[in-house]
Amino acid sequence: PKRGGAELLFDGVKKHQVTLPCQPEPWDIRNLLKWIKQNLLKERPELFIQGDTVRPGILVLINDADWELMGELDYKLQDQDNVVFISTLHGG
Amino acid sequence: MLGKNRAIYPGEKVLLALSGGPASSSMLRQVQEGLSRETAKKLRFIPGIIYVDEGAVCGQSLAERGETLLQMETILQASGFPYHLAHLEEVFDLPSSILQRAPHNPAGPKNSYKEAVEGFIHQQRREEDGSPSLPERQIQEKLTEVSLRDVPRMEGLATPEARLLAAVRTEQLIQLFGSVKTLTAKEELLQTLRNHLILHTARTQEYSKVMMGDSCTRLAVKLLTNLSLGRGASLAMDTGFSDDRHGDVVVVRPMREYSAKEIAFYNHLFGVPTVFTPALDTKALEKASIHRVIERFLYGLQAEFPSTVSTVYRTGEKLSTTPGDAGPAAEPERCLLCLCALDTNVEDGSALQAILVSEQLSQQKLPAASPAGRGCCPGAEEKRGCCMNTTGPGADARANILSLLCYGCRLTIKDTICLESLPLYVRSEAERRKHRAAMKLEIQEFLLEDEAVTPGES
Repeated sequence: PKRGGAELLFDGVKKHQVTLPCQPEPWDIRNLLKWIKQNLLKERPELFIQGDTVRPGILVLINDADWELMGELDYKLQDQDNVVFISTLHGG
Repeated sequence: MLGKNRAIYPGEKVLLALSGGPASSSMLRQVQEGLSRETAKKLRFIPGIIYVDEGAVCGQSLAERGETLLQMETILQASGFPYHLAHLEEVFDLPSSILQRAPHNPAGPKNSYKEAVEGFIHQQRREEDGSPSLPERQIQEKLTEVSLRDVPRMEGLATPEARLLAAVRTEQLIQLFGSVKTLTAKEELLQTLRNHLILHTARTQEYSKVMMGDSCTRLAVKLLTNLSLGRGASLAMDTGFSDDRHGDVVVVRPMREYSAKEIAFYNHLFGVPTVFTPALDTKALEKASIHRVIERFLYGLQAEFPSTVSTVYRTGEKLSTTPGDAGPAAEPERCLLCLCALDTNVEDGSALQAILVSEQLSQQKLPAASPAGRGCCPGAEEKRGCCMNTTGPGADARANILSLLCYGCRLTIKDTICLESLPLYVRSEAERRKHRAAMKLEIQEFLLEDEAVTPGES
């Protein structure tokens, strides 16, 4: 099994299947990050999130594509979207 | 990358240093791919893998280490290459010859690189009828060796004595790192010890090359970190493609052109397995060590200016090692720990001299009667005999070791409180060099000087 390191901040759980609650504002990555910070991050939030966005060194893939190609924080989430966070801070 | 540098000859034994992290795992996968390709660009060397278990230093329990080892072994066995599992505790049993540069055994000097490759291809074609190719056969031989190899010491220990020795070594390791004051020095010491262990395995198992999985990003961080640590003199060797400071074993860094991001994508898309192990600085505070500060700085800058890392890297590429400018008679003195040429000649007006002078001026003399409290060295009745003291017999040992180190390693040792906890091979090599220097001084006047002495030296 692949373990990247980022799951250390999430109680060691690698994969999270989440159903986001209905809300009037659309769900974009920006709001998703806020939601993750409130509900999933168990410790040391500054190691994952910096201000509005992810900490430098954390890659975000949306359906296997670099989020920079999808609009980064402004990408609107679709049903069944797969978002992967990869930490590049732990070397090899 | 390898072809361009023409560093690895066909049939050479190459040791891959696998840490379980993304870059070295990616390197392993690419070696596997390269060896199995049928094209003219196929890789042609004979690989082995080494994995060093550093769990004791990083605060992992035996159970956690065992679990990590199990995961690593799955990957190692799946690769089909012969592998070596080493525990960092084994540094205490290293010979002091590790700290000596061995003469270079050129792999294929008789032929040029091109001839060597052609010769290898011809040989392969001759063997192609039915029998497996040369590398495959040798790998099969190694696999049978591996299955008879000792199981790593942590599991399945046969005798209570072996288990006791392992526990003692772990204790020694924890004590050594416990006596290092700063995280920066700990990281440097860990890297040094790890490199010695890998070198030892390469020498005993007859590997002439070691491949490290340093990515472009990693090397950019390393470049700036080393500058901050006072290791500017050895930058070219520390971050270049090939590093030949040890003489017989050459360290190469084939992943140095891939950024961490590219490697992460590659691993994700091709399903490369990695094993995560907490490191010394996992979850550490931002400014806990120089490495962390530089890493944060670079990554932060990279987010806004995506050419940062590659710019640092390209600047580093321009550094090159100067070939030794004297004959064998004037072999430069090398640092005890990192084996780089010593950069600590204190000349008038040099920056180093300025630092030493201000250090002496600002140091307070320790009082002769120290406050109550045991020294760290067993057998010293009062604190005077302990290596912690800056006066007395302990101070001599410290001054002796410091004089054998380059500036960067001196900083690491200065942060180490108890020198006695350093592994034996370091201390005995320091002793040996001290005796040689003393002896040389004694017989100096009887030595015949070479004609080719540079002017200005007495």
